[in-house]
Amino acid sequence: MNRRNFLKTAALGVGGILLPAKDSPASVWESFFQKYYREMNDKEKKDVVARLEKEYEEKYKKHIKVKTNAPLPKVLYGYGLDLSRCVGCRRCVYACVTENNQSRNPQIQYITVLQFEQGEKWVSDLEESNKYYNPETVPAPEHFYMPVQCQQCEKPPCVKVCPTQATWKEPDGIVVVDYNWCIGCRYCMAACPYNARKFNWGEPTIPVDEINTETHYLGNRPRIKGAVEKCTFCIQRVRENPGRYPACVEVCPVGARKFGNLLDPESEIRVLIETKRVFRLKEELNTQPKFYYFFSL
Amino acid sequence: MTLLQFIRDLFKEITKGNKAYFIWLGLLSIVMLNALVSYIMQLNNGLIVTHMRDQVSWGFYISNFTFLVGVAAAAVILVIPSYIYHFKPIKEIVLFGEMMAVTAVLMCLMFITADLGKPLVAWHLFITPNFPRSILMWDVIVLNGYLILNTLAVFYVLFSAAHGREYKMVIMWPLVLISIPWAFSIHTVTAFLYNGLSSRPFWNASITAPRFIASAMCSGPALMILVFQVARKVSDIVVNDKAIFKIAELIAYAMGINLFLYASEIFKEFYSQSIHLAPMEYLFFGLKGHTLLVPFTWVAMVCNLTGFVIFMSPKLRNRFLFLNIACVLVFIGVYIEKGMGFVIPGFVPDTLGEIYDYLPSYIELSLSAGIWAFGAFFYTLLLKIAIPIYKGELSFLSHNMRHSLRDLHKPAVH
Repeated sequence: MNRRNFLKTAALGVGGILLPAKDSPASVWESFFQKYYREMNDKEKKDVVARLEKEYEEKYKKHIKVKTNAPLPKVLYGYGLDLSRCVGCRRCVYACVTENNQSRNPQIQYITVLQFEQGEKWVSDLEESNKYYNPETVPAPEHFYMPVQCQQCEKPPCVKVCPTQATWKEPDGIVVVDYNWCIGCRYCMAACPYNARKFNWGEPTIPVDEINTETHYLGNRPRIKGAVEKCTFCIQRVRENPGRYPACVEVCPVGARKFGNLLDPESEIRVLIETKRVFRLKEELNTQPKFYYFFSL
Repeated sequence: MTLLQFIRDLFKEITKGNKAYFIWLGLLSIVMLNALVSYIMQLNNGLIVTHMRDQVSWGFYISNFTFLVGVAAAAVILVIPSYIYHFKPIKEIVLFGEMMAVTAVLMCLMFITADLGKPLVAWHLFITPNFPRSILMWDVIVLNGYLILNTLAVFYVLFSAAHGREYKMVIMWPLVLISIPWAFSIHTVTAFLYNGLSSRPFWNASITAPRFIASAMCSGPALMILVFQVARKVSDIVVNDKAIFKIAELIAYAMGINLFLYASEIFKEFYSQSIHLAPMEYLFFGLKGHTLLVPFTWVAMVCNLTGFVIFMSPKLRNRFLFLNIACVLVFIGVYIEKGMGFVIPGFVPDTLGEIYDYLPSYIELSLSAGIWAFGAFFYTLLLKIAIPIYKGELSFLSHNMRHSLRDLHKPAVH
């Protein structure tokens, strides 16, 4: 940013703050005074969705559906990650970016895959890890991998610290954010032990032809500058009935990722918790993640 | 109407002054305007114009905020000796300490606002406050409460003076009695803001709040000593040397406690050598070749220790040259230690072990400089009108009564 652009920027800035844009006068005020998601009734939700869909249509010239599906009854989502299978290919990372309409520039990714050298300390001391690895083929010899993403804690520290209740835990265990209610203080990011929360430092951008048009209000709808976002176990997929797997589970080429309903004794996730060697990350912090690492081999 | 005339008098007071006064205000205005430009750029482009990123999600703004809460809390170091112990030399200047608290809290609120991603929707705080769970809500409450308390105290004292009366202790007592614990509360809550995060071992130390209080009682009073000396040079405010030396003595104790607490923390980390040592190592020696903060840390250490030695010796601290050097050293030392030296290592390494070297960007520096300039500007104007009111030279009363009142005016007696 150089000073040459200042006058232009200043004019835009003051204009942007004080005056609604010429072409969308009503919607700017509507979005400014939009209610808190959890306090909206069905009618209000519908109105907001209609406004958002219209805004997105204008911006991307594409119809983007915004769902507000409520949690399914008797469902508590749990996630399993097989460390003995993960090869560190990071397809999950990019599938997640595409599915969840994350900003490409500046880049936002929900999943971090940590690479460790064999014999290195890990789990408690993640400093030995490297997340910027780039080998010809994976897995790199004598290395192993540990993907980390939102652990959907049962006692989420991020929810506890949020001053405006803009983030909360849904009955199905998913920790969500009302992007419009977030004031961008980033206290939740300081509180999260898993680096799972991402901030829109700049205006998020997605190439129009790469937009996923199936979205959820609390999930992958296009985001706004200055708000925090995070993994929601693909809320737009898993709350369908019948539910679909999150994109990372679906894409994993080695089947290292498992997902299911913790309340269903027959579910895959329950079987592996009961039969495999399982651990949870940073268990000593008592955040009680619903993200289970396990070894199948 | 008298009130209108009085307001006109106040305005006249602000707009008259010597060349130095206007140059001073002019310089500050330039810095503030420059900050405004930076802020507009930040609003337009988002916080990406700062050097903060997901790894280090709080930076220079929050560092300054943390430091300034300490400066605000430090007013208590004048309030206690003047109202509780009736130490006359300090009683005469306690008003100016309270004015500094008001200024510092305003600056804190500005730094917080500067740090928000969506400042325009900050009103959400009041619609769905996460109280009592979120310590940030506590901070909003105690900071604004402290602002109101001190504004009331300052306003009441000046209001009485403008009416040619002594302030009544019946009214001051409740304000004073509440404001003493409240001053501690603002810095304790700010410490708890960090302290309560189990994900950040560097902050999650039970000694954090006491350390915050101890260091606040060094930096705030050090700033006061410097400002009061300048103020009495350029205006007819009377600040007794005894008051300054008493404050210096209190700094000596506070600094002793501060260094002791800091040493305790350093010992615990380095002796036990647990993995929680990493942030401390980053701060003092650098981690895996990342040594960005190391020079700052050592400068802070040297400043604090040298300052402490000077403050410890009554012979040295009672000589203005040494006293002022020590005040500058302690101010710099605590500014680094409690600002960047406290906030940044909490994020380095981040919770997944990454080291992201953070130093503020130009936008962050210029915007922060603007907020400091605002503080100086605001405090200057406050002094400009408060001194003549306090001395009885500017009042609601008619012109011919002023001369007789000027001699009558004395600090409160009960």
